[in-house]
Amino acid sequence: MSIEVKAIDKTFGTFKALDQVSLKVATGELVALLGPSGSGKTTLLRIIAGLETADCGEIFFHGDDARGKMTKDRNVGFVFQHYALFRHMTVFENIAFGLRVKPKALRPSEKQIKEKVHELLKLVQLEWVASRFPSQLSGGQRQRIALARALAIEPKILLLDEPFGSLDAQVRKELRQWLRRFHDHLHITTLFVTHDQEEALEVADKIVVMNKGKIEQVGSPEDVYHNPASVFVLNFLGNVNIFHARSSAEHKSGEKPAKMYVRPHQLIVSRSPLSENSVKVVLTFVNLAGSIVKIDAQSQKGEIFQVEMSQEEYRALKLTKSDEVFLTPKNIAFSEYEI
Amino acid sequence: MSTRTEPAWIRRALIGIALSFLALFILLPLTVVFMNALNKGIAIYLKSLSDPAALAAIRLTLLTALIAVPFNLIFGVAASWAIAKFDFRLKNLLITLIDLPLSVSPVISGLIFVLLFGAQGALGPWLRAHGIKVIFALPAIILTTIFVTFPMVARELIPVMKAFGNEEEEAAMTLGANGFQTFWRVTLPNIKWGLLYGVILCNARAMGEFGAVSVVSGHIRGQTNTLPLHIEILYNEYNFTAAFAAASLLAMLALVTLILKSIIEFKYRAELAAAGKFVIKMENHV
Repeated sequence: MSIEVKAIDKTFGTFKALDQVSLKVATGELVALLGPSGSGKTTLLRIIAGLETADCGEIFFHGDDARGKMTKDRNVGFVFQHYALFRHMTVFENIAFGLRVKPKALRPSEKQIKEKVHELLKLVQLEWVASRFPSQLSGGQRQRIALARALAIEPKILLLDEPFGSLDAQVRKELRQWLRRFHDHLHITTLFVTHDQEEALEVADKIVVMNKGKIEQVGSPEDVYHNPASVFVLNFLGNVNIFHARSSAEHKSGEKPAKMYVRPHQLIVSRSPLSENSVKVVLTFVNLAGSIVKIDAQSQKGEIFQVEMSQEEYRALKLTKSDEVFLTPKNIAFSEYEI
Repeated sequence: MSTRTEPAWIRRALIGIALSFLALFILLPLTVVFMNALNKGIAIYLKSLSDPAALAAIRLTLLTALIAVPFNLIFGVAASWAIAKFDFRLKNLLITLIDLPLSVSPVISGLIFVLLFGAQGALGPWLRAHGIKVIFALPAIILTTIFVTFPMVARELIPVMKAFGNEEEEAAMTLGANGFQTFWRVTLPNIKWGLLYGVILCNARAMGEFGAVSVVSGHIRGQTNTLPLHIEILYNEYNFTAAFAAASLLAMLALVTLILKSIIEFKYRAELAAAGKFVIKMENHV
């Protein structure tokens, strides 16, 4: 089922959580709402689920106006950041809940409920925990049970609020890939909230970058990473270095000062200056652990630069800490005039 | 286990002081109540309890609790739900108002109702014209009891509901549960021990209330005397054995309350601990 929100506003007291937000999500898409805390991404998700009411604006599920519908009638699967499993119920009863509260005429029989719950437990690969209580599960297991519970009502839309937010790094990575495969298998329209750019870039078909209650950019992971629509998007999707240049060549306006934003891996390190944009720096820190070498450098003006290069390049340049080198931007990710 | 750094003599002294206070202020009076009640033999004890005036007082006390406790149960759940789960204006005012009966002297609580419903009171003439008797009758006793026990359930539930938060209810709603199903299947199981705890405290106070009820009851023997008032009258008549016999009933109520309270507290803590939440420090109102 597709989702469309149009010109949504939401204010909490004096805080404007959402400001004229419009968004379209196509059927079967896996979309990440990415932004820092306070950017309004969770509020948007809650408004779609009906847990929060927008001050104004419209919501359509597959073209139908959803505003008059209560949360319970929206048939939206929602997975909460802290899972919100019913702590006094077993895992089995948690998953069965959505089926048991159906009106009598639609309620499946006990046998059907049992089959459905076991089918879902199999889907999330946790068949052996049916009789346990949520407190007896690990974070990753709770997450998957919360997902199974949400799927029990066969939702047409799945909403996940920071689904991996409170898990440790290892489990996060695993579940991330698992969610991707899971979505490829089920094809439910899925919207998930995250503040972790790596997570969004790795999992989503489409990324919606939000900031201060507004959508900054919507696009594929490649798109938002390589063609950021604003400095905010650029900054949020990875480290970036700023070069100050008097760019007379590129801009006809003459000697207007410009800022160039360059990703750490888009810098050339050399012993002598390569262009007028080259900056002389001293290497202050070198991190060799990992597949790439991460270097911190400082210019005479005190600006900090981050450089990334392969281990091979690093060895070829014979660099060591405290070396004096020149940095030249290879590929400018974004540039703007200084105000 | 916490590390103990205090010298042994300090520990012994502190425990000693605590135990002496307990003995002096709780065990000793309790013993005196039961000794005085039984000092003329069990036959007299039973006879003074089966006296018609005593039976009427017991009946009235039970009836009052039977009405006041369910009322405050419903009010307490509603109020704590509203306070813990919603944001609205005047919320702090509501919290203050709920606590009001605890900070007002019981005599004042009683007087409020006399001023409202008494012959000279605001609603007095109207009530008289319609032949409704409130003051010096059952309605006033029940109203006053409801008033003084007003905070008991709500106060216990507000911290519990706040600790549990909203998420489980929201999850229930996204799964298609209606309001009643959400309350019955999700909220109630989570708050049941806190609720029971509040009900027991509420009941103890409802049955034991003296001051406020005394003001509105009129002390009509066999009609408007609750058990605490009955005890006072007997005592003032130098009928010590009967007074202490009746008092022993209230003392037993207190003991039962104490035992139930301990059991519930134990269950409640275990449940919260299992849920991985912090244990809420229970305030003791008894």
